[in-house]
Amino acid sequence: MTKPLLIAENISKYYDGRVACEKVNFELWPGEVLAIVGESGSGKTTLLKCLSMQIAPNAGRALYSLRDGRTESLSDLSEAERRFLMRTDWGFVHQDPREGLRMGVSAGANVGERLMAVGERHYGRIRSTALDWLNRVEIAGDRIDESPRNYSGGMRQRLQIARNLVTAPRLVFMDEPTGGLDVSVQARLLDLLRGLVRTLGLSVVIVTHDLAVARLLSTRILVMQQGKVIETGLTDQVLEDPQAPYTQLLVSSVLQV
Amino acid sequence: MRTILKIRNLAKQFRLHLQGGVRIPVFDDLHLELAEGEALAVTGPSGKGKSSLLKIIYGTYKAGQGEILVRHDDSWVDLARAEPRQVLEARRRTIGYVTQFLRVIPRVPTLDIVSEPLLERGIAPELARERAALLLERLNIPERLWSLSPMTFSGGEQQRVNIARGFAAHYPILLLDEPTASLDQENKARVLKMIDEARDQGSAIIGIFHDASDRRAVCTREFDLSRAA
Ligand SMILES: Nc1ncnc2c1ncn2[C@@H]1O[C@H](COP(=O)(O)OP(=O)(O)OP(=O)(O)O)[C@@H](O)[C@H]1O
Ligand SMILES: Nc1ncnc2c1ncn2[C@@H]1O[C@H](COP(=O)(O)OP(=O)(O)O)[C@@H](O)[C@H]1O
Ligand SMILES: [Mg+2]
Ligand SMILES: [Mg+2]
Repeated sequence: MTKPLLIAENISKYYDGRVACEKVNFELWPGEVLAIVGESGSGKTTLLKCLSMQIAPNAGRALYSLRDGRTESLSDLSEAERRFLMRTDWGFVHQDPREGLRMGVSAGANVGERLMAVGERHYGRIRSTALDWLNRVEIAGDRIDESPRNYSGGMRQRLQIARNLVTAPRLVFMDEPTGGLDVSVQARLLDLLRGLVRTLGLSVVIVTHDLAVARLLSTRILVMQQGKVIETGLTDQVLEDPQAPYTQLLVSSVLQV
Repeated sequence: MRTILKIRNLAKQFRLHLQGGVRIPVFDDLHLELAEGEALAVTGPSGKGKSSLLKIIYGTYKAGQGEILVRHDDSWVDLARAEPRQVLEARRRTIGYVTQFLRVIPRVPTLDIVSEPLLERGIAPELARERAALLLERLNIPERLWSLSPMTFSGGEQQRVNIARGFAAHYPILLLDEPTASLDQENKARVLKMIDEARDQGSAIIGIFHDASDRRAVCTREFDLSRAA
């Protein structure tokens, strides 16, 4: 494809007149992994929610290139088109897996549900695809009928990833996917994500405050401070030759990235 | 031989905002041209900007002013102004870079690190691994280490893994930052031979070599930063 998958145009969101994010512009091309970094409260999550239709921006718009080749403003999509994006063409990996999973049903059903949304009805095929995905995210097949309530934090996160990727989405949003996990569990999850992103050629917008995660997964970085984008560029360039004072502070605050 | 790289009016300074906004000037008005089959040695005292020049060409450092024109797919791209994805595309197929120190990605095995540039060009995994194995063998990395992450390797071993990775695919432009610095005589001779072979195949090379005899062994021309900028 020779055009951007997602375009952010002047996206702004205010809460009670206070800036959460303001005038954000960027293009995401197919296969790119864009990391949004910045300190807590800088507006990363707000921006991600505006981009993924979870909240409506106060100004500006996001444009998406649909499978049929049309590029449309998200606010102009029909209800059916929105549903297709939310359930199939997009993935959303939340920091807290409980937000992205249905805790009341089995792991297998969590993965199968997204398949059924694309019209798959054959029970045997749904189950075998679910098993295959559990396997890909390193969850033993014999845990398929258990509720994710029984799973550890790391397993839940991997299940959430399987649930999202089973429909072969073209775009995946992630909000601090490794936050709140033990360091060793985090490392394993990062390895998994890195492998999946590369083998599937996914386009990703990932929010993280951890520059090491950005270094490992992303091709480009967008730095936010107080709701504004203050610097963008290739990942290695932003980390090794940061221009803005705030970016220099971020980079110098970690031991080695 | 055709010109493949043209640097014009390059200026670069670092600004250290956290340290009182100090400015560190590196280049003022640097010009450089390079043709296929040339091997250029960048020389100058420590801190003069040799590594910085390579990093600017690769896009790891931002050019302050000026143009970095690279012949990519038979047209000229100004990497100082290119979009990130164009720079990545140039890195994938046109510009190779052997950094001074290997940047280890935790837990990734040596063989995968070396074959990665080939996989990124769409070469079949078995073929890529075969080629990677050949290079590791040539650089004397014992086979029992291939499945391990280079994290725990010695400095010289890491450097050879880095060189194997840099030479896995053919690049029209190859940047080498002190590739022979921590190698013994035998390994050094092998690396110098690999550089020569790449040049014979038409690659244009820009290298930093601490050792004057290494420089004389492989380079066709010198570029002295003390005079250039
Ligand atoms: N990321 C950076 N941020 C700030 N200053 C930098 C950075 N990288 C290099 N410099 C400065 O730029 C100048 C040139 O450094 P560079 O590493 O290019 O020198 P060099 O010629 O390769 O030296 P050596 O022979 O010691 O490797 C030095 O003053 C160095 O301190
Ligand atoms: N639903 C909300 N209502 C009011 N203020 C909010 C809401 N969500 C976020 N904010 C505010 O917007 C700013 C950005 O928040 P957020 O996007 O969550 O930052 P980040 O994800 O970078 O930590 C903060 O000042 C936050 O308090
Ligand atoms: Mg947040
Ligand atoms: Mg140097």
